[in-house]
Amino acid sequence: MKSLKELHKIREEKRKELDLRVNTKADTREKHILVCHGTGCTSSKSPEILKRFREILEEKGIDNVRVIQTGCFGLCAKGPIVIIRPEDTFYAMVTPEDCEEIIDTHIVKGGKVERLLCRDIDGKMVDRLDDLNFYKKQKRIALKNCGVINPENIDEYIAFDGYLALEKVLSDMTPEEVIETIKNSGLRGRGGAGFPTGKKWELTRASEGKQKYVVCNADEGDPGAFMDRSILEGDPHSVLEAMAIAAYAIGADKGYIYVRAEYPIAVQRLQIAIDQARDYGILGKNIFGKNFNFDIEIRLGAGAFVCGEETALLESIEGRRGQPRVKPPYPAVAGLWGKPTLINNVETYANIAQIILKGADWYSSIGTANSKGTKVFALGGNVNNIGLVEVPMGTTLREIVYDIGGGIPNGRDFKAAQTGGPSGGCIPKEHLDTPIDYESLKAIGSMMGSGGLIVMDDTKCMVCLAKFYLEFTVSESCGKCTPCRIGTKRMLEILERLCNGEGEEFDIYRLEKLAANIQKASLCGLGQSAPNPVVSTLKYFREEFRQHAIQKECKTLECKAMAKITIDPEKCKGCGLCQKHCPVNAIDGAGRDKRIINQEKCIKCGTCIASCPFHAIGN
Amino acid sequence: MINLTIDNQKIKVPEGTTILEAAKQAGIDIPTLCFLKEINEVGDCRMCIVEVEGRRGFATSCIQTVEEGMVVHTHTQNVLEARHVILDLIISNHAKDCLTCTRSGNCELQMLATKFNVLNVEFPGEMTKHKVDDLSPSIVRDFNKCILCRRCVAACKNVQHIGAIDVINRGFESCISTVGDCSLNNVNCTFCGQCIEACPTGALHEKESINDVWAKLKDPDTYVVVQTAPAVRVALGEEFQMPIGTNVAGKMVTALKRLGFDKVFDTNTGADFTIMEEANEFVKRFKKNDNLPMMTSCCPAWVKYIESYEPDLLPHLSSCKSPHQMFGALIKSYYANKMGINPEKIYTVSVMPCIAKKFERQRPEMQNDGLWDVDNVITTRELSRMIKQANIEFTKLEDSEFDAPMGEATGAGAIFGTTGGVMEAALRTAQDTLTGKSLDKIEFEQVRGGKGIKKATIEIAGKPIKVVAASGLSNARKILDEIKSGKADYQFVEIMACPGGCIMGGGQPIKSSKIRSEVDVRKLRADSIYSIDEKSTIRKSHENPVLKKIYEEYLEEPGSYRAEKLLHTNYRKREKYNLDR
Amino acid sequence: MQEDKFLKKLCDIYKPEKDNLIQMLNEVQEHYGYIPQEAQKVLSEFLSIPMAEIYGVVTFYSRFTLKPKGKYSISVCLGTACFVKGSQKIMDRLTERLCIQPGETTKDGKFSIDQTRCVGACGLAPVFTVNGEVYGKATVKKLDEVLDKLMEE
Repeated sequence: MKSLKELHKIREEKRKELDLRVNTKADTREKHILVCHGTGCTSSKSPEILKRFREILEEKGIDNVRVIQTGCFGLCAKGPIVIIRPEDTFYAMVTPEDCEEIIDTHIVKGGKVERLLCRDIDGKMVDRLDDLNFYKKQKRIALKNCGVINPENIDEYIAFDGYLALEKVLSDMTPEEVIETIKNSGLRGRGGAGFPTGKKWELTRASEGKQKYVVCNADEGDPGAFMDRSILEGDPHSVLEAMAIAAYAIGADKGYIYVRAEYPIAVQRLQIAIDQARDYGILGKNIFGKNFNFDIEIRLGAGAFVCGEETALLESIEGRRGQPRVKPPYPAVAGLWGKPTLINNVETYANIAQIILKGADWYSSIGTANSKGTKVFALGGNVNNIGLVEVPMGTTLREIVYDIGGGIPNGRDFKAAQTGGPSGGCIPKEHLDTPIDYESLKAIGSMMGSGGLIVMDDTKCMVCLAKFYLEFTVSESCGKCTPCRIGTKRMLEILERLCNGEGEEFDIYRLEKLAANIQKASLCGLGQSAPNPVVSTLKYFREEFRQHAIQKECKTLECKAMAKITIDPEKCKGCGLCQKHCPVNAIDGAGRDKRIINQEKCIKCGTCIASCPFHAIGN
Repeated sequence: MINLTIDNQKIKVPEGTTILEAAKQAGIDIPTLCFLKEINEVGDCRMCIVEVEGRRGFATSCIQTVEEGMVVHTHTQNVLEARHVILDLIISNHAKDCLTCTRSGNCELQMLATKFNVLNVEFPGEMTKHKVDDLSPSIVRDFNKCILCRRCVAACKNVQHIGAIDVINRGFESCISTVGDCSLNNVNCTFCGQCIEACPTGALHEKESINDVWAKLKDPDTYVVVQTAPAVRVALGEEFQMPIGTNVAGKMVTALKRLGFDKVFDTNTGADFTIMEEANEFVKRFKKNDNLPMMTSCCPAWVKYIESYEPDLLPHLSSCKSPHQMFGALIKSYYANKMGINPEKIYTVSVMPCIAKKFERQRPEMQNDGLWDVDNVITTRELSRMIKQANIEFTKLEDSEFDAPMGEATGAGAIFGTTGGVMEAALRTAQDTLTGKSLDKIEFEQVRGGKGIKKATIEIAGKPIKVVAASGLSNARKILDEIKSGKADYQFVEIMACPGGCIMGGGQPIKSSKIRSEVDVRKLRADSIYSIDEKSTIRKSHENPVLKKIYEEYLEEPGSYRAEKLLHTNYRKREKYNLDR
Repeated sequence: MQEDKFLKKLCDIYKPEKDNLIQMLNEVQEHYGYIPQEAQKVLSEFLSIPMAEIYGVVTFYSRFTLKPKGKYSISVCLGTACFVKGSQKIMDRLTERLCIQPGETTKDGKFSIDQTRCVGACGLAPVFTVNGEVYGKATVKKLDEVLDKLMEE
């Protein structure tokens, strides 16, 4: 247990000690080597790098350098990432073998290991993190501490104003004032649907009942989305603090974090954070000596996408199959064990403490008219800078894809971007300049979703993409209600027919009729949004669907059954490179002959297309 | 009261009423499939969707409640199209062999398909395939006909607290099954059959055995004797469109004779034997305070339940066989003897409202000198099919009487068919035995009615006797928990596995969800049973002249060596689950 | 397994409350690599939940499996980021070479294949994992090398 006074002291001392983390001009002879320990970098052996650094420092007897594990820096494509503070030097794709050179050149001699410095997309060498185009347009609120602090050390969180918001709320604010602040901030749920957070808190507070619960939805299930995971791994205390504030505001004393078991690092860091907070008396009874009790338990999900739906999540916490309940009644009225329950997602919580500290006006000054603040996106697919980005609401898709994401690799063209995961939709080229917020995305047939943003280049088949999402939906449908259980399966079957060249024009009508009725009649939000990927691709790429259905043609190589690769004899120079690369010897011709593809043998892998220097091969 | 408008009709209903219920009051019948009043109210099938003005998406009328000023439309273009699509989708994954389905004509899915004139399937596709489970003696599960409404799961898990079946897998692969997808025979199923009563389609039905009965009836060398349980006569008529609860005992006997049974006996008489034995056992145990409370044993699903769930409490069970087993044993001993018929040539058939009786009759304990007490059990539903197959116009039949000498029964035997009836019948005999007088007080209102648990304290010979009658296995569980924790101070406990007793058994005519939500089927059938009792000239088992005679001539007295051998049984501990290792 | 110490200990740690079912199953899965029937039976008794319901829960959540995994459990991420980068090709190659489908184990018990949702290493897409170890920026060639090595053992 720590008294408030002790906490203040920790904050003051630690803040001084950690000034170099955020201040390049910090007055210190110390250096901190920050090694990213997000899941991406951990997968590429960052723990070994950390170990190696410590060994070398020990061997060399260097005592003014500390090696620290942090959460995700965001630019996962360049991982493992090492940053040296205070000078903020950014080393990319570091291996354990590089550690010695970094210590010798950078730490001992005060130079830079140029070969490891990060190159921007334009080829320019960048030595500071903040100079990267990737970071320039970002604004970090939810990710503020990610990559700055050691997530396994509560003192470092406290140093950067951690638990100050909770202190402020418990000392100076009534629950009503807290709710009013959140309402005024304009914060909306970051899990997908965008329900006003303050309103949700208000409804839960207003519900009758002595026992209430606060739940954190960390069952991030969209394929290709990892915003919540990064926050939990990089800054777990921010979620705990926000849950405590929420509990105070609605009158709850118990909280649950429902997190995917597939996120072992996040689970482990959360548990460490909870233990530390309990140790300090920040969770438990009479927090900060006030008449306020609150504790948090972790509940592990076990691999069911549908549990991201709030009522299914509640069922799962209660130990059952994660099958959604009919709403209303909403969880705010009847949630866990029938008691009023507040459910917000990780990213939503990650904004709370800062809204309390900096005020609703500050927060609502960021963003667009109806969507305030920032949004974290997991940028992936055919884009150069794959990683985690946080941008103000209203940033355009073009800015995200080209300025932050660095554009499309291999000189290909942008075809579409997918947001909102299996519940969202595709955004075509013509909408690249749409400012991203809840309403605008909805207007163009997609949705914010939890923040997955997948970019696709022009080699991607949109029918296949729709099929991919439907496959996901079908395998993740809980099976409770008819339209989702059987309807999505029927849609998938139709898409499979189209991709196999076995479709017919009428199939497009069938898809639309099924989609419309599944959207209207399904029991839960996931079922209602399951057809969205099909509806939006049909909206923007209808011609592509018609080609599949009527001409039995796919312009990309993705629909193998219909693909036919040919060599344009006009362009072929007879160099034979394609022949050399073909894995199945399906290309005939010798010497300077124009080459011909033997369609019987061809497996449509597309290797020849990539290998032809004269662009003579195509589908 | 809440004011709302449904399909332009203004109505007023109490707060908390569902939209479905409110519509019903306005004379609007919203279609449902998964809905089963008070048992399964979950909104899964989506047939009951309606539009509510100002609300995004459809409302689920079977669970969502009315709100002040609500404006509901139950058949907009949107709703109609969605219902069509939903129905189409359900049918696209449903076997279409209606002609060979036991529920044809009484299938809720078929009725909806007719209503919506589904002529072809617009969205055909892959169908889930399931192995038919017909290994148990009682229930056949054919999940190719399952529409995943989950009414059976609710009946098994929520009503009976058994949970032998549940939803397994996910998404399109979801299905209703047992642990490890094994046969019902190997799990904790008690064969109460409430799942069958809940099923809207032919996915669950009894294991039919009427072909064996037909074969024996056509065999000149076999003497085929039939007996009918008390609850059958108040439900059989329903299969011939007669009002629910009509007592068709007379027509039933005529029909059975026309079917060719050599003798038609009344299980009510068997019930009188059960009372004689059970009351005698109770009086003895009561006096010695031996393993009290004594619990009834005439319900085979209940017996299987306690054998697998609480084997330590088995000594509390009465050792009496159930009425039809006692009766079967007497037919093959006393009656055969008396008539000079070789008992090996006798084939006894029981018509029961129950499918657990099919399991009970083949328990190894249920035989005597190598002969089964009962050779075949058919349900009320099966009997109706036999009558139809024999081209008998049931409603036009004259009445006839059960055959002598085992056809005369008392009112006490009649009320065995309803919850509280065994208790009441036993008390009538026990109070006379304990007081040595013939008392006039024979109606025990405290143990009548539809409540799941009915407790009473009855004073006999100056001694208070605490009794309880429970129906439904979840209520049985409560009583067992009371006994286990030492809180119970009952002396006599009656348990029936089916809520409401045998009249609501798993072998009775199946009532659609619509009927079950509009009519109190249990009450109508129970009223009919009590009226049989009321009209009886003899209403106490021990006053039945048939019994007096048989005890005199053959059994000597209740609990005698011969009575023990023929009319009593024993029980054994059972594993809840017999799964492959 | 009757006298299984692990299950006994598990029942000591947790309270017999129904909402602990999924937590306990997660531990069982972790310990055995699958959910043995005996464990379902023990949990059924301990938590007073019918076995059919437990089986329903086990078959609902994809993390729970009813059969032991192979010595080498290979998972291919089919999250969108990996899919767009061609992870289906990796999966196709894997099923082709091991002659089993996702969710199955080879007869010799050496390999099993699974498809997973996002493992969070989107920066390395496409990825596959072998017993949890991540192989990023995967190609068919890389997969072949890994498989060849494991098959030699």
